[in-house]
Amino acid sequence: MPEQANIVLPEGSLEKQTTRLNLGPTHPATHGVFQNILEMDGERIIKAESTVGYIHRAFEKLAERRPLYQITTLTDRLNYCSAPLNNMGWHMTCEKLLGVKTPKRVDYLRVIIMELSRISDHLICNSIVGVDTGAYTGFLYVMQYRELIYEIYEEVCGSRLTTNMGRIGGFERNFTNTAFEKLEKFLEEFPKVWKEFENLFMRNRIFIERTKGTGAISAERALNYSFTGPNLRAAGIDYDVRVHAPYSSYEDFDFIIPVGTTGDNYDRFMVRGEEVWQSLGIIRQAYEKVQSFKGKDAEIYHADAPEYYLPAKSDVYTKMEALIYHFKIVMGETEIPAGEVYHSIEGANGELGFYLVSDGGRSPYRLHFRRPCFIYYQAYEEIVRDTMLSDAIITLSSLNLIAGEMDA
Amino acid sequence: MPINSDHIKEKINTQFGDGVLAWDDSSDILCVEIKSEINLKVLTYLYDEPSLAFQFLTDLTGIHYPEKTGNEIGVIYHVHNLKENTRLRIKIFVPVGKPDVYTASGLFSGANWMERETFDFFGVNFIGHPNLKRVLNVDEMDYHPLRKEFPLEDQTRIDKDDEMFGR
Repeated sequence: MPEQANIVLPEGSLEKQTTRLNLGPTHPATHGVFQNILEMDGERIIKAESTVGYIHRAFEKLAERRPLYQITTLTDRLNYCSAPLNNMGWHMTCEKLLGVKTPKRVDYLRVIIMELSRISDHLICNSIVGVDTGAYTGFLYVMQYRELIYEIYEEVCGSRLTTNMGRIGGFERNFTNTAFEKLEKFLEEFPKVWKEFENLFMRNRIFIERTKGTGAISAERALNYSFTGPNLRAAGIDYDVRVHAPYSSYEDFDFIIPVGTTGDNYDRFMVRGEEVWQSLGIIRQAYEKVQSFKGKDAEIYHADAPEYYLPAKSDVYTKMEALIYHFKIVMGETEIPAGEVYHSIEGANGELGFYLVSDGGRSPYRLHFRRPCFIYYQAYEEIVRDTMLSDAIITLSSLNLIAGEMDA
Repeated sequence: MPINSDHIKEKINTQFGDGVLAWDDSSDILCVEIKSEINLKVLTYLYDEPSLAFQFLTDLTGIHYPEKTGNEIGVIYHVHNLKENTRLRIKIFVPVGKPDVYTASGLFSGANWMERETFDFFGVNFIGHPNLKRVLNVDEMDYHPLRKEFPLEDQTRIDKDDEMFGR
């Protein structure tokens, strides 16, 4: 009697040559709470099915009962790696609906913060790609310098990760000298670090062989899948909201849009890396412009919109009008004009859009977030089909999927 | 160069005649409301017509107006011509009792999940969709939560025991 005769195999398992593998919902390789059910032939993926929604928090429904300022805290929790970008995108949407015009200095200050958060987002994404290819050092190394960015946030608004930064029309307070000193320190130290980080990867043979040619998507498919941001640019389409529909005075800045050619993991890595350099350039220009404001102009940090901008606390205690506005804003008693707007900004992951419909009440009638992550993640099934499992993990991280943004 | 809105209007009006219900250029993006049964024809025409070429689907979402009898559920498309940098908003309305809309997922692969999301939250039945099931909510859910008949909790209610979880 052959010695394996006592092993009872499940019915149909000999005919079925594939294995089903559950990747996620919580798995260190997925960097977020979402599940992939993979049909595997050995190490090759034949079919993938993605399941999302594990951290769905009904932001769009909540927003229908919240006054505008209370929605800012919801936007923090979309892409939590670059929360200030979401905050400012939301505030600019409100300004568009309310017709608030922001002064130039506010725009430039916003640009500084937005580009800093773009850097912090790309820095995480690229270093995580490194982790998934087996190089942990880069991640730990650049993480220290994200701390410098968070210190700037802390100086500007008081919080770090979920920032709730800014107000409709500007910032809650002027940037302190310490904030500018910290910014200077960052601009001084970070470029060297980023150069060193890139040196570790860009021409590293192991890294190139792991990433080049894997997880590729063509330009046509990427467009058809409504890709935006670095993932679309890696495929070779130079679409950037900052250039196509400039907001916050981006037309005053000089920068280039890096594009890739093949749309694979290596191109995505390179595009993000180059965008960090461009962002640094934009920050330097913006800082210079901010420095050029002198005297009274250097005190401007918000628009003149008393109905929507919280008055200074000292005024609230001494002036009747300020007290009324303070009360109305804090209690959410201000009625917003009826209308509908779509405003989009170049988020770290792509076009982050806010579609706001107001019927003249105190909160939006309907608010929809166009979340780039949610839209491009559906292409994952197509990208990883017929690739190896280990490549699929890198693809997952180089697409920069943030579960918070995906599930809203 | 953005495409002239008069050109867009003229092209669509001549092609679809009384299928076009209303134009609205009061908001930031030119907006057209069309009959729900021709949505796919319009989207395909906008995609294929060389002088329009709206080939990028930016966003697709729903909206619910309970007081508009017969037109309660709306589906809103934002399409974009990336070359000419022009956006267009398309709206269709369907009755809540029979929310049938043709799917755009054959034209735009990206519409797949956006339509699933709209189905999930508004119950719009996208005819011809390859995989129309819930995407963010649990599969067992039997209602569509973003419709207006599901109000959020009244923030001023006092009948709740707030001792442990007070606000």
